[in-house]
Amino acid sequence: MTLRIFIARDAGAVAVGADDVALAFEQAAAARGTPLEIVRTGSRGLYWLEPMVELATAQGRVAFGPISPADVPSLLDAMAGSGQHALRLGVTDEIPWLKRQTRLTFARCGVIDPRSVDDYRAHGGYKGLERALTLTSDQILADVTTSGLRGRGGAGFPTGIKWKTVAQASADRKYIVCNADEGDSGTFADRMIMEGDPFVVIEGMTIAGITVGATKGYIYIRSEYPHAVEAMNAAIVAARRAGVLGKRIGGSAHEFDLEVRVGAGAYVCGEETSLLESLEGRRGIVRAKPPLPAHKGLFGRPSVINNVLSFAAIPFILDNGAKAYADFGMGRSRGTMPIQLAGNIKYGGLFETAFGVTLGELVDEIGGGTFTGREVRAVQVGGPLGAYFPRALFDTPFDYEAFAARDGLIGHGGIVVFDDSVDMAKQARFAMEFCAVESCGKCTPCRIGSTRGVETINKIINGERVAENLAVVEDLCNTMKFGSLCALGGFTPYPVMSALKHFREDFGGDLGPAPAHLQAAE
Amino acid sequence: MSVGYEAWDKARGAEIIAEHAGLEGATLVMLHALQEAFGYVPEPAIPMVAEALNLSRAEVHGVFTFYHDFRKQPAGRHVLKLCRAEACQAAGGDRLAARAEARLGVALGNTTADDRVTLEPIYCLGLCATAPSAMLDGRVVGRLDEARIDALVAEAQR
Repeated sequence: MTLRIFIARDAGAVAVGADDVALAFEQAAAARGTPLEIVRTGSRGLYWLEPMVELATAQGRVAFGPISPADVPSLLDAMAGSGQHALRLGVTDEIPWLKRQTRLTFARCGVIDPRSVDDYRAHGGYKGLERALTLTSDQILADVTTSGLRGRGGAGFPTGIKWKTVAQASADRKYIVCNADEGDSGTFADRMIMEGDPFVVIEGMTIAGITVGATKGYIYIRSEYPHAVEAMNAAIVAARRAGVLGKRIGGSAHEFDLEVRVGAGAYVCGEETSLLESLEGRRGIVRAKPPLPAHKGLFGRPSVINNVLSFAAIPFILDNGAKAYADFGMGRSRGTMPIQLAGNIKYGGLFETAFGVTLGELVDEIGGGTFTGREVRAVQVGGPLGAYFPRALFDTPFDYEAFAARDGLIGHGGIVVFDDSVDMAKQARFAMEFCAVESCGKCTPCRIGSTRGVETINKIINGERVAENLAVVEDLCNTMKFGSLCALGGFTPYPVMSALKHFREDFGGDLGPAPAHLQAAE
Repeated sequence: MSVGYEAWDKARGAEIIAEHAGLEGATLVMLHALQEAFGYVPEPAIPMVAEALNLSRAEVHGVFTFYHDFRKQPAGRHVLKLCRAEACQAAGGDRLAARAEARLGVALGNTTADDRVTLEPIYCLGLCATAPSAMLDGRVVGRLDEARIDALVAEAQR
């Protein structure tokens, strides 16, 4: 009997040795004459267990991990024999960390072969598109709107409204643009889904195309993600061959095709208008809005521009209905959020769950605290532009509005955990430094404010006229927040001000208590 | 001069540019393709891209200098990129970066005197759950510790 095993080809798994493990399996099986089939999948997202190997059994897939090449001979013995092994984790779907999740968008990630349309279909893929092809544009728009889906890139704008605006615009051509410039540290969900289930992104974009009347789409992927670029390109070729991209999609009269474009290391290109400039072949300089990209987007044409995860949520909504999606979540945050647990965390990875779970549950229970074993001191939520939260705010539910009410943001769902060795003054300075390096330079608050911010925080760290310089930083932050053209300059104050507010003791000198307007709102 | 790259040749450059001339907004695509072939974007290629796209030389130069990825000159034989973003900072990345700098005798952003290794910062490889992470000539490595960073540096120096 041929043993069928699954090993991730996800960059996160490869970075900790998944390729070496796959090679060791091939060699050991060949040497013994054991018939073995290795399927390279995406990652399940349980990164502390990578490289993880799963074996197909009558009870379902059984996982082993983390595996090193040295474990392979004994694992092969176990797989061919009793199945018992010290690294056996049990039936994968029963692993509590996975079982506790609600995987709507990531249902297939780590399960299927990301190069195979057939495997995608066998796991429910392309049912959303099939249904969409039987509906009118208005009916699809109604579904997307009713689902409550909001842009998963960070801004949280209702996807249905964006699509409707483009659908109603008239133009000689329209575009669908997928923002895969996932530059926020602590986020990797876009990368995972592109590597592990690229067809769900393609299907979502195709549905967007037929809804608004666009025949061409671009996926703008950052150059730091070569594995994702390769996976998306391979999937596009496979989808064309299967007749679900190109002319006469699924036998219908609709036409839609896709092209991958690769970024060139500019963080600001994750901002949608800067991304459009970059796609057009120019410097990634932010555009003033209006006009909105929905009216005048790529090459001046009406364009839907959404994050990878927003497109990836669409097939589920079309297949299972808007209500099935909207039934999850809280308040105005409907559905699920693929949350990414990162940094100094014991159980790091991808945790998709309904909105409403608290920050404390995510960090302490699910994440297991730090891997250094020290106390969690600060948690940055939402990338380099997100606020640092202290333990006192761990009761904040994961919800767009709840985070905003506490001067933070959920952004793209990344959570970076820091232990008590962190120097928050240094983190605040880094936020300003990063903004200074990555600023596109168009607006003054961002371009100049960030540089002055670095200088002034340095003075504070050096103990120079601390109170006066703190007032300067606050003033700079206000100017950046309210005067910048986009979120880079506009949100850099979040990490800076939250560090000042919640971790004041790190800024040297005897600062006394924070002034009233800076005191935590809780 | 990095191994595996072609030496600059105007006819070859023109051929690469022509391959992509039919695409919408092709500037970045052409610059990427040139760098992939030659290891950097040779200065004489800039006006050639401009001409192919009916842009001014200044516009293409502006694009070339805006993006961190494009190189004015060849990198060292090996390129070691260390992630310096927050998730890797939280996992001890600062200390490891300092260690790599000390071992190689160059600061981040520089190439060793023998042209063997270019050490660069990178802001997020998306390997934040297996931090700290790095990339050596396109190969990703996670869960770095002192032993692993030393091994990577040694490999890059070979």
